[in-house]
Amino acid sequence: MANLGKIARRGGLYTLLGGFAFFGAFPFYWMVIAAFKRDHDLFSPLNNPFLFNEPPTLDHLRLLFFETHFVGYLWNTLLVGLAVVVITLATAVPAAYALARWARGWGETLGIGIFLTYLVPPTILFIPLSRFASFFGLQESLWSLILVYPTFTIPFCTWLLMGFFKTIPKDIEEQAMIDGLSRFGAMWKVVLPLSISGVLTVVVFAFTLSMHEFIYALTFISVSAKKTISIGVPTELVRGDVFQWGPLMAGALIASIPVAVVYTFFLDRFVAGFTMGAVK
Amino acid sequence: MGRVEIRAITKLFGEVRAVDHVDLLTNEGEFLVLLGPSGCGKTTLLRMIAGIEEPTSGDIVIDEREVTHLPPRMRNIAMVFQSYALYPHMTVFKNIAFPLRARGVDEESVRKKVDWAAGMFKIGRLLDRKPRQLSGGERQRVALARAMVREPSVFLLDEPLSNLDALLRASAREELRQFQRRVGVTTIYVTHDQVEAMGLGDRIVVMSQGKVRQVGTPLDIYQWPADTFVATFVGSPPMNLLDQGDTLLGFRPETFLPADAVEGSEGIVTWPFEVTYLEYLGAERLVYGNVGEKSHARHVAARLPGSMNLSIEAGMTYPFAVARGDLRRFDKKTGLALPGGTT
Amino acid sequence: MSAPAHAAPPPHVADYGGITDREGALAKLMIAPAVVYIAAMIGAPFVLAILYSLSDATTGDPALRLVGLQNFRAALADPVFRMSLRNTFVFTLVSQTIVILLSRILATALLKNFRGKWLVRFLILLPWTAPISLGTIGWLWMFDSIFSPMDWVLRYVGLLGTKDALFGFQTNMYWLGIPGLSMASVILVQAWRILPLATVIQLAGLSSIPKDLLEAAEVDGATPWRRTLMITIPLTLPIVSIAFLFGVVFTFTDLVVVYVLTRGGPVHTTQVLSSWTFFKGIEAGDLAQGAAISLFMFPVLAVVAVFILRLARRTEVV
Repeated sequence: MANLGKIARRGGLYTLLGGFAFFGAFPFYWMVIAAFKRDHDLFSPLNNPFLFNEPPTLDHLRLLFFETHFVGYLWNTLLVGLAVVVITLATAVPAAYALARWARGWGETLGIGIFLTYLVPPTILFIPLSRFASFFGLQESLWSLILVYPTFTIPFCTWLLMGFFKTIPKDIEEQAMIDGLSRFGAMWKVVLPLSISGVLTVVVFAFTLSMHEFIYALTFISVSAKKTISIGVPTELVRGDVFQWGPLMAGALIASIPVAVVYTFFLDRFVAGFTMGAVK
Repeated sequence: MGRVEIRAITKLFGEVRAVDHVDLLTNEGEFLVLLGPSGCGKTTLLRMIAGIEEPTSGDIVIDEREVTHLPPRMRNIAMVFQSYALYPHMTVFKNIAFPLRARGVDEESVRKKVDWAAGMFKIGRLLDRKPRQLSGGERQRVALARAMVREPSVFLLDEPLSNLDALLRASAREELRQFQRRVGVTTIYVTHDQVEAMGLGDRIVVMSQGKVRQVGTPLDIYQWPADTFVATFVGSPPMNLLDQGDTLLGFRPETFLPADAVEGSEGIVTWPFEVTYLEYLGAERLVYGNVGEKSHARHVAARLPGSMNLSIEAGMTYPFAVARGDLRRFDKKTGLALPGGTT
Repeated sequence: MSAPAHAAPPPHVADYGGITDREGALAKLMIAPAVVYIAAMIGAPFVLAILYSLSDATTGDPALRLVGLQNFRAALADPVFRMSLRNTFVFTLVSQTIVILLSRILATALLKNFRGKWLVRFLILLPWTAPISLGTIGWLWMFDSIFSPMDWVLRYVGLLGTKDALFGFQTNMYWLGIPGLSMASVILVQAWRILPLATVIQLAGLSSIPKDLLEAAEVDGATPWRRTLMITIPLTLPIVSIAFLFGVVFTFTDLVVVYVLTRGGPVHTTQVLSSWTFFKGIEAGDLAQGAAISLFMFPVLAVVAVFILRLARRTEVV
């Protein structure tokens, strides 16, 4: 009898989880379908949208890669992402370390202050920043994004790294200093190697955050060739008033899935760093 | 080699005096123990000697060099933390080699010295392992080897045995002592465990609330405590203290025995001892009870050797005595020991 | 300093090593780049936004001439602005309430171990791990006024397209074309998008409750309901509140979903402050008005920030 209750509860659990998984994923399911469906099949309202009523096609992909700037968008996104990661690391790693370790008192206040700037939204800053961009002649340039994106990656990543650095026992650094390194040497040669997982998490987050960014990209860049994936796909795959659904879905799919896979993988580490502070 | 001089060292954390005007001078090659309850300042003092904590005022001199404001790496000291602080991402070999490589020693000398240090602690076969693969005792030895490999002039240890389980602790203690005697490096050792302190130390520095209460050999500390704090902190059960108006009369439990068994060249003092509670511990018996008139009876302890077969029962009163030579007297207000000893 | 007893006084070394050893100086040096960047790229623009809101600048004539509060007055008088303001609150509060309730259920379910967990996690996280604008594109197709698969299903099961159908005689729902429905659609997509983030945070909170506490309560005779009510909920309240507040901040200030799905339509019925700021300030070029509209978001953000700070202290997260 108890077994039946257990099975029922298990069944309930699976149904619930299945439901949520379905809810989360089904727009992407349509992307997969639409990316390979022939236009004729796609645009017949009477056809079953869940299935391939006509054999699948690669036409949309062909169009996407050879007749649009899609590859260019990918390239732009990659460039911006990497540059932003470098800037973020160079700024956030030292700051997080100093705040986590040394700056007692004022350090904690400053750390919180930096974290709070994450809450200042792009929709307040984008008007003045667009003026900055044109003042420096950077409008329509990827550099405008590279210079502006750290406004959200630095605060967030500094906070993330602070959490990671705090998990490394002070003993180890002090031991390294006694063993012959300076304070800076102890950080560089002992603490950082131990925080590789934290640093990697920051790299992934900084990259994906800049890849997802929409508002600044929309504001600063209107020249088609210079767009990033995030704005390029939704705004450029239109002929007149009509969306080119096939290529549009294909583009969205290609740009989403790899990022999602990597991001999911690193989420575990993020949560570990997050809960380190919460579980004392 | 290995002389540490601490002059009027004070450390303030905000308003709190963690270390209050401490003066200390080590003898070369001695095993000096800093003993006290948690919060007494012993670890802070050790950290200031190491250089990872800066004193608010005072000086530290190591081997005729004033090091008070020098960073740790310039002091030629080695330290072992309570957690051992082994570098988790390095092998045992790399851990031990670390201090040498940090100073730019050439690879051949590094290898020779690591082998030498590893041999001293019998961990040669562990050189390729990582810390997480080692037991507590093995990690401790790696930490010691790493500390010794540089042949420092002073060796600092912060409660290195407290992470080991009880059985291991005793043998580790013995090994540590033997090793220190063999190598002869001045060692400063922090602990809150008075048994450990008595067993290990050439001299013991008893501290409380940032101040030094007494410095002396284990015998001095135990037999002639400088004040009531030392008298009650060292020794378990602690020294019995009886109220005598302006003074406190002290005697150790093992000197408080059935009157017939006590001899004293200067005579003995007897009290009726009403027993309330007994503990049979095999090698000895601890007898707790009251001494003095009913209205202000004082709770005292007696320690009878196991070989003494007298029958003692709770609820009964027996005549117990202390030899006059074993009595100590303390000023009730200041707690300080008073010279002389008889009633 | 007492005089030493030895013959020659030891040499006094003045410096504490070099800069690589001095804690205070090194710390300041390492924090400086971040602070300078933030001051220049967040602090300064913020001040500039305030200045713009008090000016009459446009992209044609961007000079900063201070003209007082006319932009704010104009905004308040503008019915579209007022609708945006109202919509923003509705959009935020409804979507985030849905999120916090659903994420709690989902997080509780995810505490258990089961087969295929990695796949379920991946799928559940997709709305957040994929770039938001692209995920929303998927929904654009879902809501299409002719080809919507949801409409197809509704027609298939007879809830749409026939005389007695529950949802009416028309063949399509026009998810994005009918005023109330479009708001619901936008709210749905926003909830869809934030749900994974909230779930992750709630999961972290739920996992951090020491098992001892719940076991002790069980031994004391507490039912699962009581344990949830008296232990789980109070202990996770700080982190749940943080999750809620973050969701509120992101939703309150974000325009992606609205922009991609409806561009604020139909007839501004899904316009929110952030999208309206964009249309007025960037697309139409009225910098001053745009800045003023965006600043209406600030009071809410400040209040939320204060709450987050208080809660963060309690969970030791920040």
